[in-house]
Amino acid sequence: MSRYRTTLGSRVYQFEDLKTLLAKATPLRSGDELAGLAAHDAEERVAAQMALADLPLQALLDEPLIPYETDEVTRLIFDTHDSQAFSPISHLTVGDFRDWLLDNNVDGETLKQLAPGLIPEHAAAVSKLMRQQDLVKVARKLHVVTRFRTTVGLPGHLSTRLQPNHPADDPRAIAAAIVDGLMLGSGDAVIGINPVSDNPATVHNLLRLVDTIRERYSIPTQSCVLSHITTQIEAVTAGSPVDLVFQSIAGTEAANASFGINLALLREAHQAALELGRGTIGQNVMYFETGQGAALSANAHHGVDQQTCEARAYAVARHFEPMLVNTVVGFIGPEYLYNGKQILRAALEDHFCGKLLGLPMGCDVCYTNHAEADDDDMDAILTMLAAAGVNYIMGVPGADDIMLNYQSSSFHDALYLRSLFNLRPAPEFEQWLEQHRPALPQMMALLSESRS
Amino acid sequence: MISLGQYTCARVSLGLAGDSLPTRPLLDYRLAHARARDAVHFPLDAFSLSQELKQRNWSFLATRSAAKNRDEYLRHPDKGRTLDAASATQLAALSGAPPFVFVIADGLSAIAIQRHAIPLLDQAFAALKFIPNDRNPIILVEQGRVAIGDHIGELLRAELSVVLIGERPGLSAPDSLGVYLTWNPKRGRTDAERNCISNIHAQGLPYDRAARKLTFLINEARRRKLTGISLKETAALPEPGA
Repeated sequence: MSRYRTTLGSRVYQFEDLKTLLAKATPLRSGDELAGLAAHDAEERVAAQMALADLPLQALLDEPLIPYETDEVTRLIFDTHDSQAFSPISHLTVGDFRDWLLDNNVDGETLKQLAPGLIPEHAAAVSKLMRQQDLVKVARKLHVVTRFRTTVGLPGHLSTRLQPNHPADDPRAIAAAIVDGLMLGSGDAVIGINPVSDNPATVHNLLRLVDTIRERYSIPTQSCVLSHITTQIEAVTAGSPVDLVFQSIAGTEAANASFGINLALLREAHQAALELGRGTIGQNVMYFETGQGAALSANAHHGVDQQTCEARAYAVARHFEPMLVNTVVGFIGPEYLYNGKQILRAALEDHFCGKLLGLPMGCDVCYTNHAEADDDDMDAILTMLAAAGVNYIMGVPGADDIMLNYQSSSFHDALYLRSLFNLRPAPEFEQWLEQHRPALPQMMALLSESRS
Repeated sequence: MISLGQYTCARVSLGLAGDSLPTRPLLDYRLAHARARDAVHFPLDAFSLSQELKQRNWSFLATRSAAKNRDEYLRHPDKGRTLDAASATQLAALSGAPPFVFVIADGLSAIAIQRHAIPLLDQAFAALKFIPNDRNPIILVEQGRVAIGDHIGELLRAELSVVLIGERPGLSAPDSLGVYLTWNPKRGRTDAERNCISNIHAQGLPYDRAARKLTFLINEARRRKLTGISLKETAALPEPGA
């Protein structure tokens, strides 16, 4: 007989195991339907949420969703769990936990102390019971602050990753997009380029390009070229100016293997970046990207719903005290998140779960042209995330990434949020902007110098 | 006012209305997105395409994937990779085992197919000295993804599949055509086992260069009996005049 059940009138809903219960309790999204894990109908979904609300938080610690023996992410989660930190809420059910989180007496400091006692499955489970306003309200209590050359995540601040991609990795075009972004106050979280080519020489040249601009104009920020982590380790060895080390990560060992990574490789990269000691005010040196559906698309989800898999990626991330983590929420396509409504929900879930687990969460608020979404949907996501206290968003010229062929947020979008919510850039960057903004047009001189 | 636009095709130097995007660049963006959206949902006009094929006396077979409509196509990628039962039966009846099979699939942009497939094939077939015939017809597919070529190639026992397909529309080009080559096509092939020529459209790769590249890859794949990463790494495309 199933251990998890809800009776509604004459109808008994049964859920055979924890992962089934979690999947069926998940608000509707196309990826869970594609995986055959979603609730059959709306009533079954609520029945699962009712059974989940009665589940003791302890139950999620008693039984890993993906076996400890076969998955190193599970091992990381359980080996690093702090039962002392968990003890204040160890008696609660998932439903009680939601009420507790919403309690006005539970503040950010309490939640920060709790984080090491929480496993991703706790965060995912409670988020499934929460409304979007709950996800905003609780996340807003949490401030996760990180430092390298700027301070990101302080209350009252919103940072941006300046994303100056170009389909031919053309240095002059990339420099032009950087100048455009700086003039509009973007780039305090990182200037991060997605290269077309993973070729070491290209990666080295792009790292040099950003580093030269940053040094010459004394810009307090950090740079990153988002190539594969092995290419970046090579770049460190070759003496390239590597600030942050980037990698896409996922919530299962098999999904990470599909990215060509494992925990040992991440440790190696983390160590290499730390040894460079390039951060001036802090040593948060890692930059991770995630996104719901990554595990399923690699057929590496083990029957676990995509939002829970996503939360498990945060356990990987937090182990390396990253400077930046962002969910690339709408990039993966409509077979995982079908429309603006599903992308919005996922963005708020990811931000909440990441923050609750202690991560400096940002979000790539984005969509592809085959999703049922447009810039109006992005406005709703941006506005709710800013209300929730998101650490940073992307800054892409005109929201149109001409290399990755998707639409993200623009420099203008960040200005909108800063003015609407009275948010400011990272303090070090803001000070630099005040001093240098009038002279920024002179940076154009740089463009005629850089070779195309 | 400086223009950064001379250095990049990105949307730079857009100006400000307060802190927001001025009307003109806002509408430019909307237009590009509208075209991309229309391209995703524009149905393949199989009739006009078949008229053009008939005019050239090219044999063809019109088929469908297992995805019944665009919604199912978007939600269930696997269905776009498999022919429906009736189409599979039709293909199995062909005598089979051709050296290559040409597939035209709508993919995510039927407009790309409608505009660019035949002009590209005109040049490629001339170079290959090939005319599609009843034993080796072009296979037209509605609601098809790249891997539909694997199912088709498997049913026909073709040595090589060449899939012309509408790429995911971007804001800069709603009608970009891609071509995918797969040696020994059968279901379960991965993208690493294919070669791709992408970005074929008015502002992208022109027909003559795409056709030359395609002819070269077809000949190399047949000579070396493979496609994929190992073909890409070693095959240097002769440039014009070389």
